[in-house]
Amino acid sequence: MDNELCEGCFVNNQLFVITKEPISIEEVVKKVIRPEAGAVTTFIGTVREFTNGKRTLFLQYEAYVSMAEKKLAQIGEEIKEKWPEAHVAITHRIGKLDISDIAVVIAVSTPHRKDAYEANQYAIERIKQIVPIWKKEHWENGEKWIGNQLETKAYPTGKPEERDLD
Amino acid sequence: MITVLLFAYLQEAVGKERIEFSVESITAKELKKVLEKEYNIDLRHVMVAVNEEYVSENEFIHAGDTVALIPPVSGG
Repeated sequence: MDNELCEGCFVNNQLFVITKEPISIEEVVKKVIRPEAGAVTTFIGTVREFTNGKRTLFLQYEAYVSMAEKKLAQIGEEIKEKWPEAHVAITHRIGKLDISDIAVVIAVSTPHRKDAYEANQYAIERIKQIVPIWKKEHWENGEKWIGNQLETKAYPTGKPEERDLD
Repeated sequence: MITVLLFAYLQEAVGKERIEFSVESITAKELKKVLEKEYNIDLRHVMVAVNEEYVSENEFIHAGDTVALIPPVSGG
């Protein structure tokens, strides 16, 4: 994290951020732009209205913020090991999000495009595995905490029924 | 004293954001068992983090640690 000089500074100067505010794609991208880069990929995760035919009205994201930022930074370190020339910035939003709102932005810059695509995909897959963020779907007739990254498991009884986190 | 943080459906099931737990030392596995019984919750699929790092079931938790119960995550 680039925050050694950052006591009390804007959270947006950090590379790995959980925020309650709308995400600026431009700001996340700027964090990885540099002369050595020949490619920047962005992943923009947005709130989908229909999942398996069911209409979502809005989502509510919750995070264990301090640990989530650490885990995002860990993903950054993992990417550095696999793609040493990559620079990564990730911002994930929490709170109430409406349809088409941006939930997450991942920006990766590398000298050449192939690494930027691969590292970016790696980042979103890892977010869905290890970062303590949860979403609750709100529908016209109810609400449920979603239990895994495939969005196929919910907990109608308030309890998970099988191992989801692999 | 161990502080246990709760999130998502666990927070709603227990009705609290945190539980203070009076114990000197306990394994993650034992802690889960005790909490399951006391609050009538199912923690079989819940990961344990101690001081913001995931730990295995056999890891010892000590007084002063902050524990978080981490249900399967669904970010992104």
